[in-house]
Amino acid sequence: MADLLQQVAVHRDVDAFRQLFQQYAPRVKSYMMRQGADPNTAEELAQETLLTVWRKAALYSGEKGSATTWIFTIARNLRIDRLRREFPWQELPEGHDETASSDIQPDEAVSEAERRGRVQAALATLPEDQHEVVSLSYIEGLSHSEIADRLKLPLGTVKSRMRLAYQKIREAVEDLK
Amino acid sequence: MTITHHADDATLMSYAAGTLPEALGAVVASHAAVCVRCRKEVAAMNRVGAVLLADLPGAPGSVVAPRFPDADPRHTGDGGDVLTAIERAGDIPAPLSRLVGSDLSSIQWKRLGLGVWHVPLPLSPAATGDLRLIKVAPGQAMPEHGHGGSELSLILAGSYSDSLGRFGAGDLADLDGDIEHTPMADRVTGCVCVIASEEPARFKGLFARLVQPFVGL
Repeated sequence: MADLLQQVAVHRDVDAFRQLFQQYAPRVKSYMMRQGADPNTAEELAQETLLTVWRKAALYSGEKGSATTWIFTIARNLRIDRLRREFPWQELPEGHDETASSDIQPDEAVSEAERRGRVQAALATLPEDQHEVVSLSYIEGLSHSEIADRLKLPLGTVKSRMRLAYQKIREAVEDLK
Repeated sequence: MTITHHADDATLMSYAAGTLPEALGAVVASHAAVCVRCRKEVAAMNRVGAVLLADLPGAPGSVVAPRFPDADPRHTGDGGDVLTAIERAGDIPAPLSRLVGSDLSSIQWKRLGLGVWHVPLPLSPAATGDLRLIKVAPGQAMPEHGHGGSELSLILAGSYSDSLGRFGAGDLADLDGDIEHTPMADRVTGCVCVIASEEPARFKGLFARLVQPFVGL
């Protein structure tokens, strides 16, 4: 994945970009539809997400983070901007941003892929009630208050489930730091 | 800047997921701009989003690749109004300077009550909630802002203290709506902060609370 992105960044490799596109555009389209976008809008946003990857690949530094995480943050910001019509406050983590990238040094003895594998395994073993709130937040795009309404739970319960879920995820990668 | 009070994990997760209401997002972004600890947590939480996105089944049918992009990446648009600067500019964290400029001393304050000034900050038309700067005179009680829902306060200058401790520049107060506390602005410096709430501000409550010590309500 990161290799494909490096190919795009360094060599403007069209085939590498096509592979990235095939792999991610359908997922990003799904992601947009979960927030309520119609299929056409979702497709346009998926195209725009991947076009941003093409345009900005030169800014991205493969050693400093995960290509997948980068694509997620681009898609997420587009979703906030176009579908919720709010301002996406979180900046994209970019290679040229010295301050941001110096915080994250996953190349110290452990690959980003291993981190993601641990996170994936931790997510898979979460109790159902915790997995549910994480998924409603990240994938369905609901705020904590909206999750509380949807599940008919107090806001505090939603927040504590989120916290418990994150504690387990944090523990899963702790020894890699 | 020594930061001792941070955003709650649940708040940071909502921010990373892209579902934190805009007003609250402004405050978290401003805190994260000055707080390495919270930036690291957000980076880890973004990874959770990446894993969930990668696990998502693709939409049925193939997505048509757009007309092939051949532009030089260094000469194209930046893809939107996305913040890039992270360093502080003056007393105002970079993300917030988009709304209020970079110099705290040039803010045009509006008087809200005895010893309290504010500047309401604009949100996107679709956003609900409330975002504003608040300045409180030395020794004055801090106004309570929203009621119910989530509320975040980031200290920009000066400090305040309550039963949870002292909150100085860079500290974020991330409190459940139902916590009772009566913060007081520092007796020498007063306090300047940016406050976001998920619900629209309720000024009746604010004014009642502000005048309370003086009219003995």
